[in-house]
Amino acid sequence: MKTLSSKAAAAVEKARSEGRAALIGYLPAGFPDVPTTIEAALTMAANGVDLIEIGIPYSDPVMDGRVIQDATVQALAAGFTVPQIYDVVRGITSATDVPVLVMTYWNPVMRMGVREFASRLAEAGGAGLITPDLIPDEAAEWMAVSDEFGLDRVYLVAPSTSQARMRSTVEASRGFVYGVSVMGITGARTSVGAAARAVVDDAHAAGAERVCVGLGVSSAAQVAEIARYADGVIVGTALVAALRDGGVPAVAALCKDLSTGTGKNPS
Amino acid sequence: MTHQDTGRASEPAAQIDGDAAAAFLSHEGRPESLRHAPGPYFGDYGGRWMPESLIAALDELQETFEAAKADPEFTAQVAELNATYAGRPSLLTEAKSFAAHAGGVRVFLKREDLNHTGSHKINNVLGQALLAKRMGKTRVIAETGAGQHGVASATAAALLGLECVVYMGAEDTRRQALNVARMQLLGAEVIPVTNGSQTLKDAINDALRDWVANVDTTHYLLGTAAGAHPFPAMVRYFHEVIGEEARAQILEQTGKLPDAVCACVGGGSNAIGIFHGFLDDPSVRLYGFEAGGDGVESGRHAATITLGRPGVLHGARSYLMQDEYGQTMESHSISAGLDYPGVGPEHAYLADIGRASYEPVTDREAMDAFQLLCRTEGIIPAIETAHALAGALKVGQRLAADLAPGEQASDKVIIVNLSGRGDKDVATAAEYFDLLPDDSAEQEIAQEGEQL
Repeated sequence: MKTLSSKAAAAVEKARSEGRAALIGYLPAGFPDVPTTIEAALTMAANGVDLIEIGIPYSDPVMDGRVIQDATVQALAAGFTVPQIYDVVRGITSATDVPVLVMTYWNPVMRMGVREFASRLAEAGGAGLITPDLIPDEAAEWMAVSDEFGLDRVYLVAPSTSQARMRSTVEASRGFVYGVSVMGITGARTSVGAAARAVVDDAHAAGAERVCVGLGVSSAAQVAEIARYADGVIVGTALVAALRDGGVPAVAALCKDLSTGTGKNPS
Repeated sequence: MTHQDTGRASEPAAQIDGDAAAAFLSHEGRPESLRHAPGPYFGDYGGRWMPESLIAALDELQETFEAAKADPEFTAQVAELNATYAGRPSLLTEAKSFAAHAGGVRVFLKREDLNHTGSHKINNVLGQALLAKRMGKTRVIAETGAGQHGVASATAAALLGLECVVYMGAEDTRRQALNVARMQLLGAEVIPVTNGSQTLKDAINDALRDWVANVDTTHYLLGTAAGAHPFPAMVRYFHEVIGEEARAQILEQTGKLPDAVCACVGGGSNAIGIFHGFLDDPSVRLYGFEAGGDGVESGRHAATITLGRPGVLHGARSYLMQDEYGQTMESHSISAGLDYPGVGPEHAYLADIGRASYEPVTDREAMDAFQLLCRTEGIIPAIETAHALAGALKVGQRLAADLAPGEQASDKVIIVNLSGRGDKDVATAAEYFDLLPDDSAEQEIAQEGEQL
């Protein structure tokens, strides 16, 4: 895993130097509108989130559960278009040093052109991409372009990932490796189970310096449990639900609460 | 999402003639044979644009499939089920009266409508259900639009003792209440999909979400020759029997190869099945007919290859109906079975290299051909199939208009893949042709798009 000039890696390492796991918060762009996405992201940054993940609403989000699907459907219905992701990223990065990764299904990137997409993302100050339906096997163009623009490429590994694929995926990643906690899709779960720890251990054994765990994490208690063995914890659905139900103040409150769980050695 | 981008990365040849196909087949650096293309790539198309969580399951499926193909016990099992359960070989019927409307060329119908469950779909579901059992899976899931693949999947699951769950757009479950009942009679659970646009593509999305969460026990019995590797090559494999039978039958009945083979294309499974038998016969022109809906200029259609451009959806790179931002567009067709914004990657490849030609057929053209076959041959085709019939009428007229000196129209031979029977479409057709009394219960059903 290459670390050179990785904004995401720097954010995770900063947390590590403070004896914490990094807290990574996800929100979809344009839900309920672009200004609110920016405001909510800055609120996350001000309330303990180390790294911001912004999703591009897409017509066919096969890895997302109902809460995120509903939010992205609403964003698209309200007229969100893919190039607005740059407004969102620029709006955040111009106001905070907390890095921004974009989570996107691959077809919108392919449609714009991988190089143009990456060039504009770099220009907007984005750190890189999390790609839920792009595996390194299909990513030759993205590998080259992300090197050219110094962007992070965060691939997913799962409980079903073989040892060989774990090694090749870790090798292809930059920033961190996204450990999928359970076999399933996004959505709050009461427990993330033992599979998450096994994924993190396997990824570390395969050479990953930073492994962050996502899917199903919604509470400070879950963050605390995962922070013991992972380098970062990713929260998505719970934040989207908070924004939906209580607006930006609810996002602030949830981030404050979640950030209490990140300590590596809780007293 | 109303903007249809009509640009495309590379212009495929719009038409192909025998010489071009021969040139292709003998071209250096290209494979000598187009048959049995193994994937994962068909030219620039295919692949695995899928979440990592599912890659292990795809690997397992691929390994199981490869081993099964090489296992005489498995191939014998498939042959046995085809012969004693599905009703194969299906007939090849000459349609003499229908042919009079196709410029006087000879038209033969490959009768997949006579298979058990009424369409070609049974070929694939039996094969995949057997693979599910070889993998030790106890549950299959499937997507369905009008219900044909769902019924076929429920049938195979019942036969082989597998649990079956079918995902179907909520709107479709209402409109296709009788097909839902059919699946339930066969022991399947039907889950209405209320996500996204609530259409076939969203049913596939929900089936994939189910698969990610239940992959240890569950096989995803995809219904068409699309999706991530190995699905396109595997689904084609189970449908290759259509083309193999048709080739042998036409040689037996006419003593020569056909001039053209016509099939309808949604995802493209029946088309790739019959095309496969003739891929290496450069004199045989291959035609796929896509759903032109209200007309390709209307924006309401499913003419993916004609107007789409390359993208990734449901695991494969192929032509795709998408807007300028890469969002999938909704397709439209009177035929639910063709109403899909993607197409199998092998068809995208065959289009680009010019080996097969793809053309749109409108709802109206399809329904005219539907009625014509009913009246001239006593065969009610599926509305999907009616698109191939409408295309065959055009191809026949073109062949007849382009005869060499001394040639007769009756020297020319077309095979149409009659991929399914039209019993399910009777209410739609009766409504379309205004055959129902205003106050009949059937009319009420038909107005809601019911396909019995």
